[in-house]
Amino acid sequence: MSGKVIVITSGKGGVGKTTTTANLGMALAARGKSVVLVDADFGLRNLDLLLGLENRVVYTVLEVLSGDCRMEQALVRDKRQTSLALLPAAQTRDKSAITPEQMKEITGRLSETFDYVLVDCPAGIEQGFRNAIAGAEQAIVVTTPEVSAVRDADRIIGLLESAGLKGPRLILNRYRPQMVEAKDMMSVEDVLEILAVKLLGLIPEDEQVIVTTNRGEPIVLAANPPPAGQAYLNIARRLEGEDVPILEFKVPNNGFMAKIRALFSGR
Amino acid sequence: MFADLLDRLFKRTKETSGSVAKDRLKMVLSVDRTDMAPQTMEEMRKEILAVITKYFEIDDTESLEVGLEREQGSTAIIANIPIRRVKVADA
Repeated sequence: MSGKVIVITSGKGGVGKTTTTANLGMALAARGKSVVLVDADFGLRNLDLLLGLENRVVYTVLEVLSGDCRMEQALVRDKRQTSLALLPAAQTRDKSAITPEQMKEITGRLSETFDYVLVDCPAGIEQGFRNAIAGAEQAIVVTTPEVSAVRDADRIIGLLESAGLKGPRLILNRYRPQMVEAKDMMSVEDVLEILAVKLLGLIPEDEQVIVTTNRGEPIVLAANPPPAGQAYLNIARRLEGEDVPILEFKVPNNGFMAKIRALFSGR
Repeated sequence: MFADLLDRLFKRTKETSGSVAKDRLKMVLSVDRTDMAPQTMEEMRKEILAVITKYFEIDDTESLEVGLEREQGSTAIIANIPIRRVKVADA
């Protein structure tokens, strides 16, 4: 068996890479796929925390590489989704503790037993980034509709393409339909035009993401997933090759001017 | 059409921060994508201008914008040069 190795990256920090990795992993596992999440953010690991697995980390990728433990011992199995596992990053070392070749070896080994190997890339374009992309065959770029995040996404897309990772797909996170409607936020069309990449998913800004993250329970696990959770579930289906339309987040517009405008535009 | 008119009548035409963001990004990215030193870019701009002004009258030499644009993996040089008229060849 040979699973897909996908790196989730962004350039800029704080746009939702780790949240995306955790939720896509859960969503794919819920669909019956075997999934391993690899935290490539050495020294600033957080994926364990978002998954609620922080108390179960014993070994990390470093002990696997040094031969101090077997891969199977380092993998933390999720109890809610038993087909999901986490390979934790080392917290006490920095990003130079591992080389791209070693990372490639790790993801290669994991892809022999898992359907999906999702690599959570650290922010930045230095060694941590080069490590994270080393073994990947596909890339997902996460950004938000802000000038700094889009600029960094553009840089990352260029670096991915020159590293041979063609056709990265975009997840636009923290989308605020009301601000887009008021033309005070770049629209999804604007961002796609600038970056010239394919859209994989659109995630609305959702307070529930913070609430669920507080508890270490990715939002897709909710009984009735709120919009952001639904959007992640849809992305998982798209990764599986299903043709799922992008959720549209229309603002219920009941203002007087909106009514007049709707009257004339025939909507 | 009427919706556009309404938009125009009720000051929706003022530059929105969303469109400002998009325009600023496009400009900065055209430079980012070159991976060229700004000085080299400026030198090239002047050389292109020198050639163009041999044949055309240009509105304003400062208005020449040269940038790179990337689309689907390939990159193109885009120059936007407003021209007033073709220069008449001196006999």
